[in-house]
Formats: sequence, C-alpha cells, structure tokens
Amino acid sequence: MFDDFFIRALVAGLGVAFVTGPLGCFVVWRRLSYFGDTLAHSALLGVTIAYSLEFNIALSVFIISSLIALILVQLQNRTNLPGDALLGLLAHSSLAVGLVVIGFLTFIRFDVMGLLFGDILAVTVDDLYIIWIGGALILLILRLIWKGLFASTVNYELAEAEGLNPDRAKAIFTILMAAIIAISIKMVGLLLITGMLIIPAAMARNISDSPQKMIIYSIIGGLLSVIIGLFSSLEFNTPSGPSIIAAALFLFVISLFKIKQTIKLKN
Amino acid sequence: MSSNNNVLVKMNKAGYRHNDKWLVQGVSLSVERGKIVTLIGPNGSGKSTTAKIALGILKKIDGHVEKYTNKIGYVPQKISVDWTLPLRVYDFMILTENLDEKTIDEALSLTGVIHLKDKSLGNLSGGEFQRVLLARAISKKPELLVLDEPVQGVDFTGEIALYELIKKISDELNCGILLISHDLHTVMSATDHVVCLNGHVCCSGTPIDVAKNTEYKALFGEQASQILTRYEHKHDHIHTIEGEIKKN
Repeated sequence: MFDDFFIRALVAGLGVAFVTGPLGCFVVWRRLSYFGDTLAHSALLGVTIAYSLEFNIALSVFIISSLIALILVQLQNRTNLPGDALLGLLAHSSLAVGLVVIGFLTFIRFDVMGLLFGDILAVTVDDLYIIWIGGALILLILRLIWKGLFASTVNYELAEAEGLNPDRAKAIFTILMAAIIAISIKMVGLLLITGMLIIPAAMARNISDSPQKMIIYSIIGGLLSVIIGLFSSLEFNTPSGPSIIAAALFLFVISLFKIKQTIKLKN
Repeated sequence: MSSNNNVLVKMNKAGYRHNDKWLVQGVSLSVERGKIVTLIGPNGSGKSTTAKIALGILKKIDGHVEKYTNKIGYVPQKISVDWTLPLRVYDFMILTENLDEKTIDEALSLTGVIHLKDKSLGNLSGGEFQRVLLARAISKKPELLVLDEPVQGVDFTGEIALYELIKKISDELNCGILLISHDLHTVMSATDHVVCLNGHVCCSGTPIDVAKNTEYKALFGEQASQILTRYEHKHDHIHTIEGEIKKN
C-alpha cells in the first residue's frame, strides 16, 4: 500500500496535520510564530549535521532546534536585546551556518529546494513511522501538560498561583515545537513549516468560539489542506509543500466570509 | 495565634526588589483557616506585591514564605484576556481545575452572573468580569483565597453583596482569606486582622487597633479615622519619593 509515493506523501501529510493543528493553536495564542520560524531555520543546520555525520535527520534536527531554543532563553536572560532581534539573529545565523556547512560537504549532492520547500518524493516508509509514532508522542505529551500550558496562556499569574507549574509546561512545549519541526521538515520544508502551524489555526480562530472548537477546526483545516494541496500538486504538477500551504490559505480566505456573516448577524 | 496546623501561608520578613528598588520589604504575616486578613495602604504601597509573594508568583524574594496548602483561589488585580483566544466564561471557570456543571452553576449564581455562562469573556463589562473572576476563585472550594481588590468596577449594591458573600464563604468553607481592599468600612467590619502597608508594615492588628494608630491616620486622612480615639504618636521615619525609608 505504501509503495506508491503519493500514498506515502498523503499518509505523512495527514500525520503531520494531526499534530500541527493543536500545536499551531498554541503558537497563535502565545504569539510564537517568529519563534517557530527561528526553530525551523535552524533545522537546516540540523539536516547538514545529520548528513555529514550520517545521523538520523529527524533526531539531528530535533537536537539542533532544541539547542537553539535553549540558547534563545539564555540570550534573553543575559542581554538587553529585544526578543524579536534575538529571534532574527538566531534564525538567520543558523540558516547561514547551515548553508556554509553545505558548501563544505561537496561530496554529497544536496537538494536545497527540497529542504526549503519540502519534497514528497523523499518521504520513505521509515519517515512514516517517525511521523506517526513521533506525532502520537507529541500529542500525548501535549495532553499531559494541557492544563498548565493553557492556563498560563490565558494568565501566567493565575496558573502559577494555583499550582499548575507554568514554567515547566512552557519548557516542555518548546521541546514539542522542536519535535514537530523535526518530523515535518521533509513534508513541507523548513521555510513553510510555520505556515502549516499558523494558517489552519488562524482559519480556525475565525470560526470558533471556544478553545476546544478552535483546536478541532485547526486539525480539520490542516487535514483538508494536505488533501487538497497534494491532489492539486499531482494534478497541476506543482511543488507539494507550497501547494499544501496555498490550500491552507484558500481555506483561511473562505473562513473570512464566515466572520463577515456573524458580524452582520450581530448588527 | 491558634495552633500551627491552621496556618495556610506564613511570611517572615519577606520583601521584593525590582530594578534595585524595594517594592515592599520586611513583611511578616500569616493567614489561618477561617480568618480574613486584609492589606490596606495607598497606591504603590506594595499590597499586590505582598499578595504575589504569598502566592509564590514572585520567586527571587527576600526573607521567607511558606505555603501549607495547594488549594488556592486567586483573583488578581489586573488581568487582560487576549483576543486571540476564543474563551467563554465556562472555559474560564475550568481553567485551573476541572469542575462539574453543578459546581460551576452554583458559583456563577452566587456572584450573580449565571446568565453569562456561555458568553465570550471578551464581551463582558468590567464589573461582570470581576464577578466571574470571583466565581472562578471560589468555585474550586479553595483552602486559601487571595483576593486583590475583588470588587473593583462592581456597582455599589453589588459591592456590598459581594463583600457579604466573601464573608459568608470564609465561614462556610472555613478557608483563609488574604484580602486587598480600598473599602475601609468593609475592612473594619469583616476583617480579623489588618495589615497597613506603605512599602513596609506600618502597623497591624485588629481593625480597632489599626484604626487607633496614627500612621494609619496619616495615610488615610482624618475622615478615615473618624471612629478613632484621640491618640498621638510621633513618626519615627519619613518616606522619600523613591520609596526609601529614612529615620528622623
């Protein structure tokens, strides 16, 4: 069944969408889209290190992204630079270092476009295992830290005062972000991962009135984006990652009309 | 003070410094089961900071604070809910603890906002939101309630009713309450212990004791001390604008 590259891509994409749905909602709620971008940019360095040391790509990306997150926290505590400057600094310097390392690895042929924008042909059966098992683990851990993470997203002081340990939840969430980037980099590519996180969640925000609904709609939006995106990439011979993101954008635009309707109803 | 196992939170010479400026220092107090301790003092006197120290929200503190319970309900002074979060009153009620429908309905009815249960939190007025905050804090039947100006923005009749409710909750749940309030009538009528702050503890004791204190009079003016007996005492220190305390 998984012999066909298209089926593999579909199964991989749907697995990714199940995880990016809920995580994306937290990225939107906690205003972490640039943070997600920074982790994704650093993934290139992770990939090159994996190639040069003949190491598992997902694991390598996960380690490097977690490391970058850790460095970010250290820089925030030790310098007076604003958060967005630090994010930009880390994002572009890790991207640049990754590209420089590629320059040294002349003996390996790199598909840079595939890294940046995703490549369905590259998805193997092993990748499917990584995506589905890794994804299930991410969702399980997210379920375990849900209460503390959500409460501190609404109000940090309430969560802290009432004993929910928001700092621990935040640290674990950061690791989950690194993990989702690691397992989805092959599907959508490092420049578009944040789009997969944010756009379905943003679409869901437009049509939901409770956090649970927003998460469910965000998952559905992600799944639909993958299906529509992949089929149209097959039909029109367009690159897969960008097609998925374009499909997500299409759904977002449709959700805007729903807002207009509700505003009209209120008036 | 009664036996030790009634103590819910105990602060010993606690203080907090931010950017080399003391927000509050040398505060010692304890809250016991069934007792209401009220913090009073002018703006910027460190009331909210003291509450945050007691709750463990502020970490790098001077002195010691010990909590003997984890069942805590907190009404913060300021809370801003983000529009990026679609949050109904119901979702807010189960924010830190899962409660059944009946418990939620009871708490919302007590503070008079049961009709807002399915409304979006962002559409509430200031007073309505304050009632929801209070309902959320009491719904989990906490052992310790920390209320930072819990009735701000609530209409006059509501204010009296809510203070009566707070008193009733303290009796019924036998919980300890750390209350920050500007309403001196309430402070005087419902409180077991008053701590008057002005960057440090100016005076503390029963409401009557504090009302007799001249530092209290100096802070709140003659009107607030109408019930006072004539009692004079000399200030032994002054406060500079930076919050420093200078001995005379």
